[in-house]
Amino acid sequence: MKYARLIWVNLTRNKRRTILTALSVAAALFLFVSLRSVVTALEDAGEVGSETRMITRNAISIAFLLPEAYYSRLVAVPGVKSVTWAAWFGGVYRDPRDWFASLAIKADSYLPMYPEFIIPAEQRQAFMAEHTAAIVGSGLMERFGWRLGQTVNLRSTIFAPDQEWPFTIRAVYEPSEPAVGDEWFLFHWEYLYENTGGRMTPGWYVLQIEDPALAASVARSVDDQFRNSRAATRTETERAFQTSFLTMWGNVGMLINVIGMAVFFAILLVAANAMMMAARERTSEVAVLKTLGFGDRLLSTLVLVEAAAISVAGGLLGVLGAKLFFDGTEFQGAGFLPGFEVKWVTIAIGMAIAVVLGLVSGLLPAWQATRLPVAGTLRRAA
Amino acid sequence: MALLEIRSLSKVYQRDSQAIPVFEDIDLDIDTGEFLVLMGPSGSGKTTLLNLIAGLDEPTTGTITVGGEEVTAMSRRQLAAWRSDHVGFIFQLYNLLPVLTAYQNVELPLLLTHLSKKERREHVMTALEVVGLSDRADHFPRQLSGGQEQRVAIGRAIVSDPTLILADEPTGDLDAKSADEILTLMQRLNREFSKTILLVTHDQRAAERGEAIMHLDKGVLTR
Ligand SMILES: Nc1ncnc2c1ncn2[C@@H]1O[C@H](COP(=O)(O)OP(=O)(O)OP(=O)(O)O)[C@@H](O)[C@H]1O
Ligand SMILES: [Mg+2]
Repeated sequence: MKYARLIWVNLTRNKRRTILTALSVAAALFLFVSLRSVVTALEDAGEVGSETRMITRNAISIAFLLPEAYYSRLVAVPGVKSVTWAAWFGGVYRDPRDWFASLAIKADSYLPMYPEFIIPAEQRQAFMAEHTAAIVGSGLMERFGWRLGQTVNLRSTIFAPDQEWPFTIRAVYEPSEPAVGDEWFLFHWEYLYENTGGRMTPGWYVLQIEDPALAASVARSVDDQFRNSRAATRTETERAFQTSFLTMWGNVGMLINVIGMAVFFAILLVAANAMMMAARERTSEVAVLKTLGFGDRLLSTLVLVEAAAISVAGGLLGVLGAKLFFDGTEFQGAGFLPGFEVKWVTIAIGMAIAVVLGLVSGLLPAWQATRLPVAGTLRRAA
Repeated sequence: MALLEIRSLSKVYQRDSQAIPVFEDIDLDIDTGEFLVLMGPSGSGKTTLLNLIAGLDEPTTGTITVGGEEVTAMSRRQLAAWRSDHVGFIFQLYNLLPVLTAYQNVELPLLLTHLSKKERREHVMTALEVVGLSDRADHFPRQLSGGQEQRVAIGRAIVSDPTLILADEPTGDLDAKSADEILTLMQRLNREFSKTILLVTHDQRAAERGEAIMHLDKGVLTR
C-alpha cells in the first residue's frame, strides 16, 4: 500500500499523543474484556446447574437450616428419585481472605448425584472409609500446595471459630467442565454433625427428579407440604437456584453493560479529540495535497485508516493484555467465578469495538478534510 | 487554439452581505510553451486568478478551458483528477510536508498514478536531477535552505509532467541569489522542457525572465 508511508508519518509525528490515545483505548478494552468475561463466566455457571436436580432450602434465607425430619417426607414426594443434603461450612485455611467453598455433604447419596466431580475410584473408596477425610478440587490443591494424604487444619467462620478442624485429603476431583469449578472442599456430614454436638441440621436438600418436566409440580408439592411447618421451604431447580445466587447483587450483566457503554463513549471522546487535534494541525497540508490532486475520498480514507490504526493497536494491546493477564494469573474471582476465562469470542467482540471506535473517532476529521476549502486555507496559512 | 482560454471571467467574493468584486470580464489566451508573467499590486486578484485556473476556486461567471477541457464545468472529483494530471502548483512558502523527505515530497503526486514503485523512483530521481538536488533526496525540509526547499517544490510540481505550471510569487520569500537560481530553473523548464508557465511576481527583475508581462490592476488585465 503506497500510502502507508503517509499514514505512518502522520501517526508518528506526535508520538506522545498517539501512544497516549492508544493506551487509553487499551485500558478501556482491557476493562471491557474483563467485565465481559465476568458476564460469560456467570452465564456459564448458570448453565452448569442441573435441570434434574432441585434445591430445597429455607424459604427465609439460605442462611437458615432445615429440619432433619424433612428427609423422609421429601423422599416420598412423587417424581423424586433420591434425596441428599449438605451444609455450608465456611472453612478458611490460615488466611481468612483466601476464600474457597467448603461443604459438608451426605456423601453416600451426594456423590452419586454429582457426577461432575470426577474422582478416581480408589480415592473415592478411601474417602468413604474415613470419618475426617476430604475431597478437594485440583485447583484448590494447587492454590495451597496440598498433597494427597496430607492433613490440613481448617477453621470455620460459622461453627466455633476458635476450633481447628483437622481433615485428611483422601481424594482429589477434576471438574467435568471448567465452570463447575475446581476449588471445592467437600467432607463428611457426620464429621460436622458430631463436632457440633449433634445439633447440626441440613443447610439444604438436593432432590434428584425423574424428569425435568416434573420440576414445577415437585416444587409445588414440596413447598405446599411445609408451608405451615416450623420451616417453610423454597424449592427450585439447581440452575434457577444458581442463577438467583449469582445475581443476588442485582442485575450484574445489566450493570456491566452500562459501565461498558459509559467507558466506550468516554474513550470515543478521547480518541475523537486526539484525531481532531491531529487533523487541525495539518489543515494546510491537506490543502496542499488537494492542490496536488488528492481527492476527497482518498484524503478521508487516509484519516480514517490513521484513526483506526491507533484504535486497533490500542485494542490489541488491551484485549491480548487481558487474555495474557487472566490466563497467567489463572484468575477465578477468588473462587466466586469458577471457569472464568477470556474467551476468543470476547476477544473478537473487543477488537470489533476497537475498529468501530477508531472509525467513528475519525469520522468528523475525515469529513472536515473533504470540506476543507483549498484557496481559503492556503491564504490563511500564508 | 490556445492551451489556456479564459472567457469573460468574473470573480466576486461575498463577505456577509457585501459583494467584493475582484475582477470582471477577463479574457486571456496562453499558448503551449509560453512563459507568461503576471504582475499587479497587492490585492489585485493575482492569486485569485491562479486559483481559478487550477480549479481550486469557482468563478462567479465565465469559463476556463485548458487543452480543450472546460475546467469551470468539472465536478470536485473531476477537478482533483484533472489537477493531478495537468497542473503543477508552486507556492511562495514552498508548502512541503515537513515530515517527508525531499524524495517523498516529490513522489506525492505520483502516488495518484498507476506507476510502479520502480517507475516512480525513476521519475522522482529525474525531477530531483532537473532541480539539482539528487544528492539531497533523503533530506527533510528543515535540513534544506529556502532556495533548496523551493527547488524541491518545483520538482514536485514537474514530476508528473503537467501541462501547465502555475507559480505564485515563488521567489517572494528568497534572497536575491536563491531567487535568481529559481528563476533560471524556471526558464530552463520553459526552454529545455517546453513547459507552459504562468508566473505571478512583484519583482520587476523576476518579471523580465518571462517572454511577456501582463498587468492586473483594478480588475483589468492588460497584456
Ligand atoms: N475568501 C475571500 N473572501 C473575501 N475576499 C477575499 C477572499 N479571498 C481574497 N479576497 C480579496 O480578493 C482580493 C484579491 O486577493 P488576491 O489574494 O487574489 O490578491 P493578490 O493579487 O494575490 O495579492 P498579493 O499580491 O498580496 O498576493 C483582495 O482584496 C482580497 O482581500
Ligand atoms: Mg497573492
